[in-house]
Amino acid sequence: MKQHWLVRPSTIRLLWVVFMIILALTVLASLFTDMHAWFRLDGSFAFNAWYGFVTCIGMVLFAKVLGRLLHRKDSYYDRN
Amino acid sequence: MTGISAVPPGLLLVLGALLLPLFGARLRAVLVLGLPLLTLALIWQVPDGVSLRVSFLEYELVPVTGDRLSRLFATIFAIMAFAGGLFALNRTRVVELVAALVSAGSAIGVTFAGDLVTLVIFWEILALASTVLVWSAMTDQSYRAGMRYLIMHLLGGVVLMAGVIGHVADTGSLTFTAMALDSPAHWLMLAGFLVNAGAPPLSAWLPDAYPEASPTGMVFLSAFTTKTAVYVLMRGFPGAEILIFIGLYMIFYGIVYALLENDMRRILAYSIVNQVGFMLCGIGIGTELSLNGAASHAFVHIIYKALLLMSAGSVLYMTGKRKCTELGGLFRSMPLTTICGIVGALSISAFPLTSGFISKSMISQAAADQTMAVAWFLLTAGSAGVFLHAGVKFPWFVFFQKDSGLRPPDPPLNMRLAMVFFAFLCIAIGIWPAALYAILPFPVDYVPYTRTHVVEMLQLLLFSGLAFFIMLPYMKRTLTITLDWDWFYRRLGPLAAGQLTQVLSRWHVQSRLGFLRHLGTLFGTLFLYHGPQGILARTWATGSMVLWVVILLGIYLVAYYY
Repeated sequence: MKQHWLVRPSTIRLLWVVFMIILALTVLASLFTDMHAWFRLDGSFAFNAWYGFVTCIGMVLFAKVLGRLLHRKDSYYDRN
Repeated sequence: MTGISAVPPGLLLVLGALLLPLFGARLRAVLVLGLPLLTLALIWQVPDGVSLRVSFLEYELVPVTGDRLSRLFATIFAIMAFAGGLFALNRTRVVELVAALVSAGSAIGVTFAGDLVTLVIFWEILALASTVLVWSAMTDQSYRAGMRYLIMHLLGGVVLMAGVIGHVADTGSLTFTAMALDSPAHWLMLAGFLVNAGAPPLSAWLPDAYPEASPTGMVFLSAFTTKTAVYVLMRGFPGAEILIFIGLYMIFYGIVYALLENDMRRILAYSIVNQVGFMLCGIGIGTELSLNGAASHAFVHIIYKALLLMSAGSVLYMTGKRKCTELGGLFRSMPLTTICGIVGALSISAFPLTSGFISKSMISQAAADQTMAVAWFLLTAGSAGVFLHAGVKFPWFVFFQKDSGLRPPDPPLNMRLAMVFFAFLCIAIGIWPAALYAILPFPVDYVPYTRTHVVEMLQLLLFSGLAFFIMLPYMKRTLTITLDWDWFYRRLGPLAAGQLTQVLSRWHVQSRLGFLRHLGTLFGTLFLYHGPQGILARTWATGSMVLWVVILLGIYLVAYYY
């Protein structure tokens, strides 16, 4: 079966390259923008970029740990 | 007051909805679309202040009183009823349409309620109509989920009613106005409101019940109950600090549970709790900016969450599947549903040029203005997390991911039109926020599109997206659910009740046996002394009787003598 152009490995590679370029551009943009800070930490370089990245990784890992404790088969409540 | 402004807009929709079963399909379609529009027209006729008073027993009720806040919420409820009606137009089950319009009407009734009795009445009608909507899927699961939903909301209603009675006893006033948390009655009212908002610990009813409704039913459900709660909290308890903490909990609860979830509509249900969390934070901060933020966020949230659920509903309607593990690759054959789902996902993530961008940031800005550092950092992390669980996860797992082999076409015309309408609103409000800003409760002095804000948001969201794809191996979907607070009443409660029943019945059997044993001994003893051969009941010879009498008399004589 012919693959849809969007899921071809070459397209996916291209999408990653474009995504990386856009990420770099948003970080570069903070050099040319007045990133005023309300608190201390949020004045650090490209705060939103690294903060978003780090907190998201943290949330995924936290969810993973919580899942270990709280995951059950999806038929768990069906038995009664 | 007389004239058109005295007609309660909510009541028109509720009563109008009840007429739907009387008409054939064609006329019914006209009513389903026409009634919300007529209601919308009435909503904008309601002037500021009281427009209808009714005497009831010794009380004076105020079923219709208007201000900017009421009209804002009523407007979005009416728009939602219209778009939801359009989406559900091809449903053959009339009862679902009736319940949908009744719930919209009762939500509008709450927004114009000037007194607490009117509020409670519409509040309870909303709970009943929503239960019927949960039942709309007509499955065994939906029936039981609906019963759990009903029990929870009747409980919330009772708590609210107790609070209202206490409030009236304390103050003698039925007027619904801003209250301080200074009496048990007000705490009870807050608790009653919070049950409907999906606040902890009773938040599990939402992801439990909503996803069991029909593809169209959940679109309606997502809009009215929680946002009515946001409205009453905003009017009743603005600036109540506890709402910030509750809201922050809800934000992260929604994100983490949605990340763990496999059912696409349950992901979106958790994300309702998450979004209401942002609104509660705004209400808790309590400044004009944050209240504007919470109100506008409720307004745009109804639109993009309905849009997300319409796209999920279309997928469910066309494939009959709701689990991420069974879905994927649908962009090939459902391009319009995919695009509309992505517009909804970008809006909920507050991407620039979408409606979420112009509303949510007001809440964060207010936290910063009040130098609430912890709240601000958590709200920012929460915004990143929204992109993670709803902005990327939902469209990725449903429309892309692996190729599930499913090739369903886009849904019927009316469903497509409803999605396009709401997708258009998401982008239109995002590009041209002035129209929404003009109807917010307070004058708006906020400019969303500054270079700083756009760059900040793009950094935050795009790097969250990067985190998603890096962590993708950790998010492999499994056939699981995640235990929630409802485990306590769905598992522990019945288990404890079962155990208690066993203990009690064992005790009952044993004590009954013991009792019977003692009874047997008693009867045996009685029989021994009083039975036919018992010493106290057998026949005595006359001679021995005389002998005993002589002895007794002798003793008596001796005793008397001395």
